[in-house]
Amino acid sequence: MSQRSRVINLYKTLLHLGKDWPAGHDYFRGKLHNAFFKNRNETNPEKIEQMIKHADYIVKELEALYMLKKYRTMKRRYYND
Amino acid sequence: MARVLVGVKRVIDYAVKIRVKPDKTGVVTDGVKHSMNPFDEIAVEEAVRLKEKKLASEIIAITCGPAQSQEALRTALAMGVDKGIHVEVSGPEYETLQPIHVSKILAKIAQNEKIDLIILGKQAIDDDSNQTAQMTSGFLDWSLATFASKIEKGEKDVTVTRDIDGGHEVVTLKLPAIVSADLRLNEPRYATLPNIMKAKKKPIQKLSPKDLGVDTTPRIKIISVEDPPTRQAGQIVPDVDTLIAKLKEKGHC
Repeated sequence: MSQRSRVINLYKTLLHLGKDWPAGHDYFRGKLHNAFFKNRNETNPEKIEQMIKHADYIVKELEALYMLKKYRTMKRRYYND
Repeated sequence: MARVLVGVKRVIDYAVKIRVKPDKTGVVTDGVKHSMNPFDEIAVEEAVRLKEKKLASEIIAITCGPAQSQEALRTALAMGVDKGIHVEVSGPEYETLQPIHVSKILAKIAQNEKIDLIILGKQAIDDDSNQTAQMTSGFLDWSLATFASKIEKGEKDVTVTRDIDGGHEVVTLKLPAIVSADLRLNEPRYATLPNIMKAKKKPIQKLSPKDLGVDTTPRIKIISVEDPPTRQAGQIVPDVDTLIAKLKEKGHC
């Protein structure tokens, strides 16, 4: 996959993840757009590669965050210990 | 290799603040975010893991509810379920649909599809009934293990560690069997965007309770749905003496 389409895929994945963001989808979308827009002129493939790695990391962190948040809420609601 | 059936329910998302309708006929569901019941996610995850370990041949997810319930099926398909069955129940019939109806439907499907293992969430977070697994086991006369925190599948049996008061209980069930998932069973995976797209190609079979010979006509009527009592406001006391006096008054010391 070309670097360009990998970046586009990451953007879509993050947009999708943003739907569950506690402060709302709109807030997340704004931040996400800014983060990508800030680096729009980057042409160095190595730097782009680093940024892709960073975005991958964010995706993993978000998934873990949502899972943990749900688990903790359920635990608080249904279990006393 | 076992054929596994999982039940999923579309409920109001766990993070949404539930509001009661002003006319007290139910809770507000229009324009409210819905998602798959968290305990069902755990059940789906367990089934998918069984398949990944080559212990299950096919996983079928089933849901009962109106057209929107398919969203829950789609999520299950995106997590790795092979096929969905949507039993369409809508309108007033859905509002009074009880675990007994659902378990009759599940029992029928399990027989039709030659299922060996049913995994269900222990309860849904909207009605908190915690009855469906138990009743399905009753209808089918299959062994049952509720509140599973670990499942190990053997050739002809399944060993389940159950969460009970003050510890664990390990039981071995002969297949076919029913297991209901507790919170600690596993950590469900996130339905990723590419998987959701791929899941659109997976088959969903549509049925009605009539096709299965299950009668879902409402036999109960919802009289009134009310908010839980709100917490009483606290008081600030000026000094310790007043505090002690107040506490004595209420019989706390």
